[in-house]
Amino acid sequence: MSKIKVNEEIQEVTLPLSLTELIRTNSATPEMVSVQLNGDFIPQEKFPSTGLQDGDEVDLLYFMGGGAR
Amino acid sequence: MDFTPEQVERYSRHILLQDVGVEGQERIHSGKILVIGAGGLGAPVLLYLAAAGVGTIGVIDGDTVDLSNLQRQVIHFTPDVGKAKVLSAKEKISLINPDVKVITYHDLFTAQNAFDLIEDYDFIVDGTDSFPVKFLINDACVMKGKPFSHGGILRFDGQTMTHLPGTACYRCVFHSPPPPDAVPTCSQAGVLGAIAGMLGTIQAAETLKFLTGAGTLLTNKLLSFNAKNMSFRTVKLHKNQHCPVCGEHPVITELAEGEQAFCEIKNRKSQA
Repeated sequence: MSKIKVNEEIQEVTLPLSLTELIRTNSATPEMVSVQLNGDFIPQEKFPSTGLQDGDEVDLLYFMGGGAR
Repeated sequence: MDFTPEQVERYSRHILLQDVGVEGQERIHSGKILVIGAGGLGAPVLLYLAAAGVGTIGVIDGDTVDLSNLQRQVIHFTPDVGKAKVLSAKEKISLINPDVKVITYHDLFTAQNAFDLIEDYDFIVDGTDSFPVKFLINDACVMKGKPFSHGGILRFDGQTMTHLPGTACYRCVFHSPPPPDAVPTCSQAGVLGAIAGMLGTIQAAETLKFLTGAGTLLTNKLLSFNAKNMSFRTVKLHKNQHCPVCGEHPVITELAEGEQAFCEIKNRKSQA
């Protein structure tokens, strides 16, 4: 098992694992998050081809559009 | 300017603050703030900015007060149902603090009026509920070098960031609006009323910090919280060199209305 930090919490994962797969195991879809991998933004079209490594730090930033109505 | 004895008393708790003082209160008094949306977020922002003595508050909203708004839009009262939100907001602001000059725009924030609206203001507060408008506010502010506070809420969650020229913008983080229906809005998925107050008061505090120069703003940071377990998180960000509006090779050079915005406008008109 490898360890990846997702939103500051350590998750144990089995590699190889793509960013898309990690997003889905965190109950999200690629359309509803922006992703920082080790502090760098990853374009959405690169989620499927971005492989994660042991020790990676991932920030899943969720779209939040409410406010007025 | 010289404060009257009544003003010194009214603002005494600000004046007592070492980081604000008379000088900071004067800056608040000469500040011009535009609040976009007089709803869940706009309500607490407007109430606190009014109480704080912000000299000029602009408020734009095309909606009227609905009964379903009152669970969280605390600037609107039961007798206001059916009234234009900007008028309802203006009435409360004037009652809280007659020092404040209120400029109302009973209109939607669009690609056509965005530049004209933000031009006269020092700081803009996003209290809107649609992604296309949030991106429009970002693009207009980035292009004109205007600082602004982004805010978003949903269910039990909230997020906010502050942009100053040269720091990470909303598009640095969220490249473009999500596809329609990928992410629900509050009117679709609900929101705990107090969440609007939690997030809106953070935006109001950022606005007052901006005006007074006190402390450190939420620039290059995204603050998000979940009220179910009351966890707060601040994620460090940096300007994204691939950002479509403020990156090294910007592809967005003029304002455009998103497709979703047209749907929303259409829906609003059909609701009216």
